[in-house]
Amino acid sequence: MNDKIISLICGIIFGIGLVISGMTNPEKVIGFLSITHNWDASLIFVMGGAIITAGPFFYFLKNKELSALGDKINLPIKQNIDKKLIIGSSLFGIGWGLVGLCPGPAISALATFDPITLVFLISMAAGVLVKKNTIE
Amino acid sequence: MNNFTPFSALLGGVIIGLSVVFYFYMTGRLAGISGIFEIAITKASQRLSNLAFLLGLVIGPLIYFNFIASSAPVAFNITHSYLLIIPGGFLVGFGTRLGGGCTSGHGICGIGRLSTSSIIATGIFVAVGMLTVAVLQQFGIYL
Repeated sequence: MNDKIISLICGIIFGIGLVISGMTNPEKVIGFLSITHNWDASLIFVMGGAIITAGPFFYFLKNKELSALGDKINLPIKQNIDKKLIIGSSLFGIGWGLVGLCPGPAISALATFDPITLVFLISMAAGVLVKKNTIE
Repeated sequence: MNNFTPFSALLGGVIIGLSVVFYFYMTGRLAGISGIFEIAITKASQRLSNLAFLLGLVIGPLIYFNFIASSAPVAFNITHSYLLIIPGGFLVGFGTRLGGGCTSGHGICGIGRLSTSSIIATGIFVAVGMLTVAVLQQFGIYL
C-alpha cells in the first residue's frame, strides 16, 4: 500500500462525506452564510462532526514522529495571527460567499461534469499561482 | 430553517473526520484541501499523491451517485454567472493560500488540533462570507 493509493482512498472517503453532508451543493453553503434570511445551520453539524471525530485522534497522535507509512510527520509550525492570516481569510470569505464553493466541494463538483466547475477551478488555480508568485 | 438537515450533515461530517484522521495517521500530512491543491499544481516532486487525493474527491461523489444513493440525486446548484464564478474562484485560491488554509485545513484540521490561529481564521472567513452573502442579497442576488 503506497502513499498514492492511501491518498486516493482518503480522497474518496472525504468526497463521499462531502456529498452526504450536502456541502457539495453551494445552495446549502449559501444557506448557512445567509444568516439574516432563512438560515440553514447544517454546515455547523458538518464541521462539528468532523472536528469531534478527528480532534481526539489528533490529541493522541500529537507526539508521533513517523506516520504509519514511515514518513516524518511535519505538522505546521505555529502560525502567527498576522496580516496575512486576517487578509487571506477575509478574501477567502468573500470568494466563498460569492459562489458557495470552498476548495473541497469545488473539486468534488467536477463529478457533475458541468463545465462551469472547471471555470471555477481554473480561476482558483490562478489565485493560488498569483499568490505564490507575488508573495514570497 | 426549512432546509436544515442536521443528521445527514453530522454523518457526512463524521465521515470527513475519519478521512482526515486516516490520512494523517498513514501519511503524516493534514488533509487541508487548498494546500493539497497548491502542491498538486506547483510541486512536481509530490504531485502524484496529492493529485490522487483530488481525484478521490471526484470519484467519491460518483461512487455515491451510482452505487449508494442512485435513487436520490444530490443537488449541485452552482451559479452560472461568470461575474461570480471567476472572481469567486480567484479569491478562494488566493485567499486560502495567503491565509494558510480553507474550511478543511483551518476549519477541521486546525480547530481539531485546537490551533488558535485556525479558530481565528475560521471565524474570519465565516463572518466575511456571511457579510458577502448579506451584501449580495441587498442587490437581489440569492433571494
